[in-house]
Amino acid sequence: MLELDDIQHILLTRAPALTGRYEFLSFRTAAAGRAWLGAILGKVHSAKTMGETLAQDKRWITVAFTCNGLRALGVDEASIATFPDEFRQGMAGRAEVLGDTGANAPEHWTDRTASPELHAITILFARDQQERDRCVAEHAGLVAECAGVEVLSTLDLEATPPFEYAHDHFGYRDRLSQPVIEGSGDEPTPGSGAPLKAGEFILGYPDESGPGPALPQPPILSRNGSYMAYRRLEEHVGRFRDFLRENSKSVEEQELLAAKLMGRWRSGAPLVLAPDKDDPALGADPNRNNDFNYKHQDPQGYAVPLGSHMRRMNPRDTAANMNRRRMIRRGATYGSHLPEGAADDGTERGIAAFIICASLIRQFEFAQNVWVNDRNFHELTNERDPICGTQDGTLEYKIPKRPIRRKITGLPAFTTMRGGAYFFLPGLKALRWLAALGEPGG
Amino acid sequence: MSKVFDQKDWTKPAAMAIPKGGVFPGKVEQGRYGPIFPKTPACYGFSIMAKVIPGREEVFYEYARNIEKTIAAQPDALAVLKLHYLRWVLFPIKGDNYFMYQGIFDTDFDKYTEDAVSLFAATGITTVFENLEGFPEDWATNAPAFIKFVREHQCPSFLEYGEYPFVSAEEIKKALRVKAALSDMLDQMQ
Repeated sequence: MLELDDIQHILLTRAPALTGRYEFLSFRTAAAGRAWLGAILGKVHSAKTMGETLAQDKRWITVAFTCNGLRALGVDEASIATFPDEFRQGMAGRAEVLGDTGANAPEHWTDRTASPELHAITILFARDQQERDRCVAEHAGLVAECAGVEVLSTLDLEATPPFEYAHDHFGYRDRLSQPVIEGSGDEPTPGSGAPLKAGEFILGYPDESGPGPALPQPPILSRNGSYMAYRRLEEHVGRFRDFLRENSKSVEEQELLAAKLMGRWRSGAPLVLAPDKDDPALGADPNRNNDFNYKHQDPQGYAVPLGSHMRRMNPRDTAANMNRRRMIRRGATYGSHLPEGAADDGTERGIAAFIICASLIRQFEFAQNVWVNDRNFHELTNERDPICGTQDGTLEYKIPKRPIRRKITGLPAFTTMRGGAYFFLPGLKALRWLAALGEPGG
Repeated sequence: MSKVFDQKDWTKPAAMAIPKGGVFPGKVEQGRYGPIFPKTPACYGFSIMAKVIPGREEVFYEYARNIEKTIAAQPDALAVLKLHYLRWVLFPIKGDNYFMYQGIFDTDFDKYTEDAVSLFAATGITTVFENLEGFPEDWATNAPAFIKFVREHQCPSFLEYGEYPFVSAEEIKKALRVKAALSDMLDQMQ
């Protein structure tokens, strides 16, 4: 039975938000951090309260902490030592494992998320701009009251037009394939697999292999918590559009090439089900747009190239133990929309996403290390993920095609890492416990 | 590494001398669970050696018969590990029995570690590891402890040779399939 009243809402439900903001915080003193947390925790929705008041709410708040943040709040070293190594090292410390090298390396991150001083994040999702502005002002007031809490950086989220459906700056429809947690009451869409054991995403529950690993200590801190990998990924829209134009003879070919990089048409229609021509109605239909596999429907990759983003991020029936590799994705786009036909204006725009899972090393880092950045994934020998892999212009991309495949050499980097961090996402009781640390009896 | 290894030319047999410690200083690639032992002309591999708990030798022979049956019933049971070959050896040192588990495969040491742990559980391979001194009792729910044991008992090669260097098992199988298809095509043209 899921303890929905203790689990932060972001794990279970996507907020119906069009805008939002992330604020990255540092605590100069434990008392300041705890005062800030004590004041904000009443605004953090559990999965239960979010469900109850979804219709009238206009904003949703999530708070999470880095390992240094837990330390800064006063969690003792004996307890810190029970957290997994990769979380304690932090995302910047794991850069090589993750492929965050070259232009993607932490020393180039612009938002101070690579700093050991990063302690916490507040995630605000808001229904509209007005509500965001109100919340931002309110939070600024709170920070001002808590002397010793510093805002290291902020990121404003902006949905990109058209607003009818979620998509990134490249134009790809997003949020098509999400795992469902057993006991959440949600029904997986056709093709998304059976609901997964809660322990794959939430600490303290059985997972797909059994009773689940030992919890970080004390249990009140870890139970109903989870881990979040934050990735701020700039999308080079001008470069992406230039690439499509330079490698195609017509607008139709550009669309097909974009689809071949992703595995879906930008409408969301999967190439397995619509290999030759886009089918926007299929792309928009959750009962059909995820209902396919690869082993039998596309073993050679004639529809979805073996190295495409979608096939790497979720190889479906062509990888073992898929139930141990699933992740919950949340987040949004940021930066202004670059209208079609406009020259790249040099403004940073991209995706700022969270990957939520019970084990960073087994789920997120595996996907990043083995699926996204393994040059030899599916025997491809000289490729990485064309959308988010570490690209330096020396790799290629192969598109299976009869009679002879197409090989594009010197693939440019369409994305660059601009920030990132590992966070622990505590349950609500744990937030209260953290806020009370250092108090008599706390 | 010299250029010949970067080119990965399967037509030229190649040998690679490996420094003490099993990795090339300054070129150590970090995997999720620690440094990755380099790919050599004999692909990736491990040689795990550990002392057998006295009196447990018979378990190893029983285990061999089980693995034979498991693979006969489900030939793709170990597919995820991208193997070429596995060898299991028992050998004595001063009256004690030691166990060597040697594998040659196409992925680095820790890529599929968690898959290996769950595979071991599913196929019964662990029954043999549990008879080794120092093997963690909670391995089934503690993949990091299992991996630590494997890393601590890994004896890296100091020299490896490949007659057809760097070729993956999948490439070999693909070549054999092409050969079979070609032979079939020639038959059809008679």
